[in-house]
Amino acid sequence: MDFTFSEDELLFRETIHRFLATEASPETLRDIWSGDTDASTLLSLIAEQGLSALSVPEEQGGLAMGDVAWSLMTQELGYHAIPDVFANSAYVATGLLTALDDSVSQKAELLERICAGDLGFAIGHSCSPLVADADSADTLLLQHADELHLLGAADVQTVPNPSIDFSRRLAQVSWNANPETCIVSGEAGGKIWNDTFNRGSISVAGQLLGLAQRMLDLSVEYSQQRKQFGKEIGSFQAVKHQLADVAGKIEIAKPVLYRAACSLENHHPLSDMHISQARNFCSDAAALAARAGIQVHGAMGYTWEVDLQMYVKRAWALNNTWGDSIMHRARVQDYVLNSDIDHAPSNTFEAV
Amino acid sequence: MKLQFSPEQDAFRLEVRQWLAANVPKQKLPTYDTKEGFELHRQWEQKLFEAGFSMVMWPKEYGGRGCDLIDWLIFEEEYYGAGAPGRVNQNGQLLLGSTLLDFGTPEQKAHFLPRMASSEDMWAQAWSEPNAGSDMANISSKATLDGDHYIINGQKTWSTRAIYADWAFGLFRSQPGSERHHGLSFLLVPLNTDGVTIRPIKALDGEEAFAEIFFDDVKVPITNRIGDDGKGWHVAMATAGFERGLLLRSPARFQQPARRLVQLYRDNKAAADRDPAIAVAVSKCWSDAEAYALSAYNTVGRVNNGEKIGAESSLNKIFWSELDLLISQTAMDILGATGELLGSATLAQEHAYWLDAFLFAQAGPIYAGTNEIQRNIVAERMLGLPKK
Ligand SMILES: Cc1cc2nc3c(=O)[nH]c(=O)nc-3n(C[C@H](O)[C@H](O)[C@H](O)COP(=O)(O)OP(=O)(O)OC[C@H]3O[C@@H](n4cnc5c(N)ncnc54)[C@H](O)[C@@H]3O)c2cc1C
Repeated sequence: MDFTFSEDELLFRETIHRFLATEASPETLRDIWSGDTDASTLLSLIAEQGLSALSVPEEQGGLAMGDVAWSLMTQELGYHAIPDVFANSAYVATGLLTALDDSVSQKAELLERICAGDLGFAIGHSCSPLVADADSADTLLLQHADELHLLGAADVQTVPNPSIDFSRRLAQVSWNANPETCIVSGEAGGKIWNDTFNRGSISVAGQLLGLAQRMLDLSVEYSQQRKQFGKEIGSFQAVKHQLADVAGKIEIAKPVLYRAACSLENHHPLSDMHISQARNFCSDAAALAARAGIQVHGAMGYTWEVDLQMYVKRAWALNNTWGDSIMHRARVQDYVLNSDIDHAPSNTFEAV
Repeated sequence: MKLQFSPEQDAFRLEVRQWLAANVPKQKLPTYDTKEGFELHRQWEQKLFEAGFSMVMWPKEYGGRGCDLIDWLIFEEEYYGAGAPGRVNQNGQLLLGSTLLDFGTPEQKAHFLPRMASSEDMWAQAWSEPNAGSDMANISSKATLDGDHYIINGQKTWSTRAIYADWAFGLFRSQPGSERHHGLSFLLVPLNTDGVTIRPIKALDGEEAFAEIFFDDVKVPITNRIGDDGKGWHVAMATAGFERGLLLRSPARFQQPARRLVQLYRDNKAAADRDPAIAVAVSKCWSDAEAYALSAYNTVGRVNNGEKIGAESSLNKIFWSELDLLISQTAMDILGATGELLGSATLAQEHAYWLDAFLFAQAGPIYAGTNEIQRNIVAERMLGLPKK
């Protein structure tokens, strides 16, 4: 029993944090949000660092990084509000492709492309009528019942659906499911989609937690500077206690996220439930961080001017991405209440 | 990261489970807030001690088993899971015990710890005073140095189970003219000493669960001081940290009621489902209790790697005390019209369990430093917000 990260993993996180703090500053994000630039410059910088190769298997030249280490990475992606396509390509799509049988002819080539820095993957899952980055993707992995279809940009029609998170590129996708594009089906397809949904969900959970931390940091910083009644507003207990509660939500969410990651990586029979549980805790942290963040910023919190707004809106958007919050709450509730499991204290790590 | 127990850990769990199955009293003991119940709990503690299960994480030489904190978590899971009696001497064993291990002289450790592990000595905490509650640095009870003794005068209050205890530990102002957290000493006082008067206070449930302690020229040898003269605050803060932190409230202490709450819900599903918010609350209670367990394993892992637990122990305290409220409030909601019944009522089944839990949960956000004070600590020490 060892519920800690290795020094290497922690060092890796630290390095990523410093890199993204420089390259994905709020100013850079603002440019993306305002449409002055698209995300591609930022994404190429990220790819140049080799980060697209993190979870690609060693056979295709990658680092085969697992879900546990990714739970640190996704927090950094959230903290720096890195647009969807990176996590969806380098983590979720990579996981999906890795799980394909070697007999699928496109598998190796696609993984090699990701490894080499191609971050143009979009995944369409039945949990949402929208597909992130579908209009710019060169490769689309689309669900049709238990089937997995592989399509190119030319095979689909997309209609953009703008989001309150301006860094998001959501689109409706029309396409025809035909036997030529289907690469997996039946039970194997169902399993791949279930795993992909779980990986997408936990990717969002980590990002929500990172966003919560960012919103807390921004709020702490603001309440140390802004003065009213002759003192910093952060000295008022009503402000302190709101922010302390956000810190509480963040701290308790961390181990829940890490356990879920460990379950996913090790194929724990309760992975589905553990991941939804992580989503619930991370969502709660992000929701409270957003609300308290806006509150302690006063009217500033209700403006386009403060950086806070980008992180707040992204948190709101992600809250219902890769499974909406109702679905994740229901999945836990169903396990807790409706199974006939005896929830003894000794069962925390067991699959009873 | 590896979230699996080793064969040794599994074997330890099995050993604990088997011993508890054979030894936990079939009949629930009367509350330890009564004289009879207190004695029966002391006997249970002695039985635990003889089997080597009293303080599993203490070194063997002091009456422990030399286990690490993971084993302690395992022990707690089995202990609460088996519905074993409450730990009547926990304020001594868990709070003073940790302080003695860190700050005691070899003589103090050798003398006090084994007697505490076996519950030959029962301990009460004596921090609070009428004018020093949240503001503990306002302590005014005096300990005047006189040769190789201190002479104590003053008053303590809210001292849990002090009417039955053998000893008390707490802070006293030993340096005349000193202010706030300076000049305090951490002293151990035998409660049968001349000049000690103890007056019980009835708690919310009507039992004499805590007491005032009056000191009238009470003579205590200086060898009963932990740490240096005037440096008691530092020693006490370490104790308070442990109290807020893991030891006093292990996750299993909440996972077991959460498990019972799920069962209560399942047994009363039709009635409970008239309000869908009940199912949501039950699920949240279970999930929160499990999150607290995960957090504990994570914290213990980090402690084993040499990390120190800082202000995050304040977050723990807020979390478990609020969870305890939610669990028992939800149970009361499910029990509905019979929730108010005492255990002696003809319609009562598990009612005494839930009513006790509900009443005691009201105290959680108050004792061990109120949740308001904990939020201040988190805001100032963890987030770095300005003090005033
Ligand atoms: C069941 C139980 C067992 C106990 N056992 C013991 C024991 O064994 N030994 C012992 O010494 N003590 C014990 N206590 C006492 C406990 O430590 C105190 O009750 C606690 O520290 C609060 O002090 P107080 O009761 O004087 O409340 P006060 O300090 O008077 O507080 C009253 C209210 O004001 C709030 N408040 C006070 N100061 C601030 C501030 N700066 N900012 C915001 N809010 C503030 C508090 O949060 C609280 O809500 C026990 C208490 C209980 C309920």
